Amino acid sequence: MSTQLAYAPAPSAVAPPAGLPRLLTGIAAHAAMSLEHHEAVHGPLPLTGGRRPALAFDLVEELDRAGLRGRGGAGFPTAAKLRAVAAAGGRPVVLANVGEGEPASRKDRTLARMLPHLVLDGAELAARALGARELIVAVCETARTGADTLALAISERERRHRGAPRTRLLGVPDRFVASQESALVSLANGAPALPAFTPPRPFERGVGGHPTLVANAETLAHVALIARHGASWFRELGSPAEPGSALVTLSGPVARPGVYEIARGGSLSGLMQAAGGLTLPAAGVLLGGYGGAWIAGAHLESLRLSDERLAPFGASLGAGVVAVLSAHACPVRELARLTRWLAGQSAGQCGPCVHGLDALAGGFEAIAAGAPRGNGEQRMRQLAALVRARGACAHPDGVARMALSALAAFPTELAEHARHGPCERCARSPELPLARA
Amino acid sequence: MSLASAGPSAYWYLTRSSGTVALLLLTGAVVLGVLDVRRVSSPRWPRFVLDALHRNVSLLALAFLAVHVLTSVLDSFASISPLDALIPFVGSYRPFWLGLGALALDLLLAVAITSFSRRRMGYRTWHAIHALTYLSWPIALVHGLGTGSDATSTWLLALGGACLAAVLAAVLWRALSGWRERPDVGRAALGGAGAFTVFLAVWLPLGPLGGEWARRAGTPPTLLPHRALAPRARGSGR
Amino acid sequence: MSHRLRVNPIACEAHGMCAELLPERIALDEWGYPVLDGQQLDGELLEHARRAARACPTFALLLERERPPAR
Repeated sequence: MSTQLAYAPAPSAVAPPAGLPRLLTGIAAHAAMSLEHHEAVHGPLPLTGGRRPALAFDLVEELDRAGLRGRGGAGFPTAAKLRAVAAAGGRPVVLANVGEGEPASRKDRTLARMLPHLVLDGAELAARALGARELIVAVCETARTGADTLALAISERERRHRGAPRTRLLGVPDRFVASQESALVSLANGAPALPAFTPPRPFERGVGGHPTLVANAETLAHVALIARHGASWFRELGSPAEPGSALVTLSGPVARPGVYEIARGGSLSGLMQAAGGLTLPAAGVLLGGYGGAWIAGAHLESLRLSDERLAPFGASLGAGVVAVLSAHACPVRELARLTRWLAGQSAGQCGPCVHGLDALAGGFEAIAAGAPRGNGEQRMRQLAALVRARGACAHPDGVARMALSALAAFPTELAEHARHGPCERCARSPELPLARA
Repeated sequence: MSLASAGPSAYWYLTRSSGTVALLLLTGAVVLGVLDVRRVSSPRWPRFVLDALHRNVSLLALAFLAVHVLTSVLDSFASISPLDALIPFVGSYRPFWLGLGALALDLLLAVAITSFSRRRMGYRTWHAIHALTYLSWPIALVHGLGTGSDATSTWLLALGGACLAAVLAAVLWRALSGWRERPDVGRAALGGAGAFTVFLAVWLPLGPLGGEWARRAGTPPTLLPHRALAPRARGSGR
Repeated sequence: MSHRLRVNPIACEAHGMCAELLPERIALDEWGYPVLDGQQLDGELLEHARRAARACPTFALLLERERPPAR
């Protein structure tokens, strides 16, 4: 790795945004932001000039000071990840993950479609810091617009930027586990997009056997701005433990569902207000992702969206999914439907996942139908314990966590269904999105 | 003195017997493979025991097969060279039926070698090659019936029948109870087993059990047993 | 030098020989897949663990030297 000078980035050509928005600054309604406009809004890429542009500061050090954590769901410290890839030696590969297999999450797609240069900036900066040989941008096969916009953006940059690594697009199947880290690496290596047994983890051996940095699109977008405005600026929002801003996807009975940028630790009620308020009372919210956690309606008023504030509920910000469930829907029916879908999304490689998730789904279906098998709740807990950490990826762990949180969030509804079977709300159309619109 | 009038050498007995035992052991290994250790284990017969049994029976079969090949080459009666034993259909003695034996040997060698170096290849590759055993078994059986000069002997036919019955029973049991998740495999197995049985039912009476099989099978004329064709003495009246 | 057992869940096809050969540390769940208790192995159990790992037809059971925690 080339030696980097350790001072902070030179003052940006453009004043850093105060407050919000940050990533979403200047986002247009229906068109992607061109390279020219992007550089007008955020300033140019902080590279030295000349024939061989390079980073003039230690990006990893800056990211470490900023305390940036991954935004794909796992929340791993980004600087540590970069260091691990660098330590593995050789010339690594950078893989920008715009796959977004979560049906309830749209933030990465939005970045791809509307702000591609933010993502590509972050990816290019990481690639330069690591001396990467190649940059791969993994985007969902069904996200045609996003893929097209990224392709256009890449060619825009090829005309302007020198010394940027070779970039290619990779189409990812629209399956829940396809955008998992090792699944993407397998796909890039020409195999099916299925999670692999680790170790070796991608940062040790990934695409083509080279150390690979797999980074979420939003994470890279934050990198693009931290590189311009510095760690201290990043820390102006959020808390010392959880600095910065984050993108969330708000869905459910609100006036304006969609992708929002919040300060970490911001209130849920503030978010819903910004979205025009609730159109129906909320029965609960599923946070983080479909492998995240449910929180019952009673707690929503005081809820704050940060990992430390959500931890007492067994929840975390995860991939930024904020899926509100209205009081008109039947939580039990939604649970049965959701777990059955999640079971079907299993890669099908590991016995405990295949059988365990099927049994969990069956359990919820039985409760929903009023014919619970044995002690339904006990059985669910047993299954959740059985599938945890026994798969090649974290899919079964997520489903187990979601199921257990549902037991805690909707005990009355579950008990009612176990005794009396379907309720009048069961017949209504389901609310949780499973297929992408 | 023609060769045919000399009695069978010790090698002939050895090759015949070791081949038969190899076939019996191979049948045992195939049956265990078809049944699948997972499905037939019990507290008295744990899986690791059945698995080891399958492996040891296979190794024994290979050992007897080695003796069989060695003694058939050493037996000067039919002048089978070592190459004839390995390369199918190039020999001079009953080339087709002997060749089947060479073919079965080649398949089993491939299976054996891959099993010994199993850790170096992926499980799927190893398993695909291992399935060649299912092909080698019927080939070995037909080779035994077609090559041997005593195919008509009752006990040999009975043994062959028993081997066939064992494999058929195993395939039937497995197809009914086990291959439900892969119905195409079940159908293929039953179809193959059925077709093979029909083939034997048609071929045996027309082939080894029919007249003059030795000549029709391709035994070199010099080795065929021929009746002494002493010209009738005129008028001596036999 | 202590060792630990690990299962490659993708390779595992529930043959179940591991649980027969090392019942002290490996149990089978209701679908026939191994559940490891994750404890260290030493002494006599280590030999049984080696045998169990060798017996696995799909090489799904791995016996590994203790790794210092990554990170």
